[in-house]
Amino acid sequence: MASNPRIIVIGGGLAGLSAVIKIAEMGGQVDLFSIVPVKRSHSVCAQGGINAAKNLKGEGDSPWQHFDDTVYGGDFLANQPPVKAMCEAAPGIIDLLDRMGVPFNRTPEGLLDFRRFGGTLYNRTAFAGATTGQQLLYALDEQVRRYESEGKVTKYEGWEFLSAVIDPTRVCRGICAMDLRSMEVRTFPADAIIVSTGGIGAIFGKSTNSVVCTGSAQSALYQQGVYYANGEFIQVHPTSIPGEDKLRLMSESARGEGGRVWVPKKSGDQRDPKSIPESERWYFLEEWYPKYGNLVPRDVATRAIHKVVYEHHLGIDGKPMVYLDLTHIDRKVLDRKLEGILEIYEKFVGDDPRATPMKIFPGMHYTMGGLWVDFKQATNIPGIYSAGECEYQYHGANRLGANSLVSCIFGGFVAGPEAVKYARNSTSAASNGCFDAERKRQEEINAHLMKAEGNENPFLLWRELGDVMTKNCTVIRYNKNLKETDAKLVELLERYQRINLSDRTQWANTSFVFARQLYNMLQLARVIAQGAIMRDESRGAHHKPDFPERDDKNWLKTTKATFAPDADEPKFEFEPVDVSLIPPRTRKY
Amino acid sequence: MADHKNVIIRIKRQADPESRPHWEEFELAWKPGMNVISSLMDIATNPVTRGGTKTTPITYDSNCLEEVCGSCAMLINNRARMACSALVDQLEQPIKLEPFSKFPVIRDLSVDRSVLFENLKAVKAWVPIDGTYDLGSGPRLSMEDQEQAYPLSRCISCCCCMEACPQFNESTGFVGAATISQVHLFNTHPTGRALRRERLAALMGDGGIQECGYAQNCVEVCPKDIPLTRSIAQVGGEVIKQAIGDLFRK
Repeated sequence: MASNPRIIVIGGGLAGLSAVIKIAEMGGQVDLFSIVPVKRSHSVCAQGGINAAKNLKGEGDSPWQHFDDTVYGGDFLANQPPVKAMCEAAPGIIDLLDRMGVPFNRTPEGLLDFRRFGGTLYNRTAFAGATTGQQLLYALDEQVRRYESEGKVTKYEGWEFLSAVIDPTRVCRGICAMDLRSMEVRTFPADAIIVSTGGIGAIFGKSTNSVVCTGSAQSALYQQGVYYANGEFIQVHPTSIPGEDKLRLMSESARGEGGRVWVPKKSGDQRDPKSIPESERWYFLEEWYPKYGNLVPRDVATRAIHKVVYEHHLGIDGKPMVYLDLTHIDRKVLDRKLEGILEIYEKFVGDDPRATPMKIFPGMHYTMGGLWVDFKQATNIPGIYSAGECEYQYHGANRLGANSLVSCIFGGFVAGPEAVKYARNSTSAASNGCFDAERKRQEEINAHLMKAEGNENPFLLWRELGDVMTKNCTVIRYNKNLKETDAKLVELLERYQRINLSDRTQWANTSFVFARQLYNMLQLARVIAQGAIMRDESRGAHHKPDFPERDDKNWLKTTKATFAPDADEPKFEFEPVDVSLIPPRTRKY
Repeated sequence: MADHKNVIIRIKRQADPESRPHWEEFELAWKPGMNVISSLMDIATNPVTRGGTKTTPITYDSNCLEEVCGSCAMLINNRARMACSALVDQLEQPIKLEPFSKFPVIRDLSVDRSVLFENLKAVKAWVPIDGTYDLGSGPRLSMEDQEQAYPLSRCISCCCCMEACPQFNESTGFVGAATISQVHLFNTHPTGRALRRERLAALMGDGGIQECGYAQNCVEVCPKDIPLTRSIAQVGGEVIKQAIGDLFRK
C-alpha cells in the first residue's frame, strides 16, 4: 500500500530510536511517542558498555564465541537464530556508533578500547567511560533530531501510550495515547506500530530502573491479546546501592576493571575495611569460581552474595551488604574508565570509592521476559512490533552484562525495516469505528478512576506490590510463597477498585497517571508470579531450591502468557526453544 | 541543622501556567539517606501540609534518579540543581523548592525546557553521517581527543546553566552555555567538523554567543562539571574569526 508508510514508535530509548532512524532512512514517516523527552529515556542509565566481538585484543574472539557465551549465559532458553544474528551484527553496530560520534574510550593507537564483563573470558565490551548508555542514546537522539528537522519524524514527548487500536479483524491500526499535561485522550492512525517501552522495574517497588519503567504499555498490550513470554525471568543485579527512592546501579564494569567482592571472615567485624588484612577477608566469588572469579554472570554472583549474607551470616555489620573493592586500582585508571559510576557512589553515599570499599547489595535490574515476538520482531497481532527490553527475544534465562545495549539497537534495526516492509504490503484500514471505540474505552477508564470514592491509597498499594514481589519473586523462589504472592496480587487488584485519588484535577496530574499505570503493573505481576509457580526447575535467574536442577526434558520451553478476559487472569502455553545451532550443555562456571 | 527528627520543606506551587503561585509547607519524618525526590514521594503518599490541610501531590519531573537523565532540575534553596542528588542531610532547613524561574511553569516544580532541544536543532548538534549501512569503522581518535570530547558529551540537558545565567532572559534571547558547548563538541569531531561554519553562523547575531557576559555562573552550577566557560571562549573566538572572514568575503 503506502510507499511512504506512517509508523508509530512508542518509547525513545535505544531500541525505539534505532527503529526510528532505520524507518526515516527508508523513506517512512515516523510519529515518536514518549513519556519523557526522549533524551531522558532510561537507556542513559546503562553504564558499563556494549558487547561486540571485534577481537581487537588478539584473543581470538569471534561473533560465534559471543553467541555461545550469550546462549550459555542465558541457560539455553533463548531461541538461537536471532541471538546469532545479533552477535554477527554487533561489530558493525559498534562501527556505526563510532561514526555517529560516540566518544568510546581509546587505546594508545587510537583504536576502540575493550574491557571484560561478566560471563565471558574475552575483552569484548566497548565503553565510553562508565556512561556508555548515555553516550549511545545521545548519538541516536542526535540523528533522530536531524531527521526531525528534516520533517521525517514528529515527536510526541509528554504523551503516554494507553493501548493499541485493533480493528475487528484483529489487525492493529494505530494507538490511543494521553497528553500528560492536558490529560486529553487521542487516537493516532498508523500502518504499523513498534513498541519499545523498556523495563518493568516499578513492579518490584524499588529497582535500578527509572521512574517511567512501569511495564504499563506491555501490560496494556498483553491485556489486549499480545502474548507475554518468559515473564518469570527477572534479573537481580549483584551490585546496587540501596537508597530511599531507588536502588542505584553499580556497574559490572567495576569488576571488569578489577574490582573484587569480599566480606570480613569474622561475623560482625567492626573494623574499618582498609585495616582488615588480606588473610582475614573472604573473596568468596574468587574462591567459588576460580575461572571467572568476580566476573561470573549476574544470577550466579547474586545467589552467591545471598548465600554469604543469609546462610553464612557474614554481611557487613550484620546487614545485607558486601564490599565491592576498587581501592587497589590506580586512581588515574579509575577516573579514566569508571568516573561516571564512582561519581554516583560519591554523590549518593558520600564516600570516595577510590579510597574506601563500596557497600553494595543485589537489586532488581532487568526483565529477560517481555512481549513475545518472532524473528522479525513481530508480535502475534499483525501490525504490532516490539524491540528492546520490553520484548523477550535475546537473553534467555539470564542476560549477560553489556548485551542489553546491543540487543536494543539490533532489535530496533530489525523492527524498523520489518515494520516498513509489513506496511508496504498491507491493505488499508476498512473502518475507522475502532478508533472512536478505543478512545471511548480509555476515556471511560479515566472517568471512572477520577470519580472513584474508595479509601485505598495508590502509593500504599504500590508499596505492598513492590514488597511482595521483591520478597518472593526475585532471587530465591518457593512455590508456597509464589502462590501467596499471586493471592496477594488478587487482593491488591480487588482493593484497587476502591482507590481514592488525592488529586482530581485535569492538568498534569501525575498521581492519576501513576494510578493508571498501577493497574497494569498488578496485571503483569500476575504473569510473573504464575509463570514462576509453573516452572518447576532452576534455570538462569529463576532459582527454586526445591527444584535445584535445570530440567530440559520438561522445561526447555518458552513460557507464553495470554490474557483471559473472562477469568481476568493469565492463561499459559509453552513453546519449544530453537536450539538448532548449539546443543544444550550443563551450565557451570 | 535540624535535629534529625523532622524535615521541613517549603514548596512553591502553581496549579497551571496561568495560575498565581503560592507556598505550601510540609513536615516529614526524617529517614537516613533521604533526598529531595524521596521527600516528594513521601508527600505524594500522604499529601497533607504542615498545618494539617489536605492538598495534592507535587507535580515534578523525574526519571533516572541517578543524575544522568537531566529531568529533575529545580531551584533548591535558591540554587539550580538536580533534586535526586540533593541529599536532605546536606541542605539547610526549611528546604525551599521552586520551579526554574526562566522557563514556563507547567505545574508546581515542572517546567517546559524544550527551548534547549530547539536550540540543539538550530545549531545542527549531530554528526552528519552518510547512512546507517555498513561503512566500516569510524575515524581514529587519540586518547587525548577522546578525553577532551567525553566530558562535553556528558551534558544532561538539565538547563541549570541557563537558569543560573544572568544573560539568559527574554530580552537577550541568549542560547545559553549548554548549546554553545555542544557546538564545540561537534566542531571538534573529525566528521562533525563538516558543519562547522553553519554552527558558528547560527551563533552569530541576536541571542548568539556575544550575549555571554562571562558571569561564569554556568560552570559553577553545572552538575556534571562540564568546562562550559572553556567551550564558550573557544567557540567565541571562532565565531569572531568567521564573522571577520565573512566581512572580507562580501
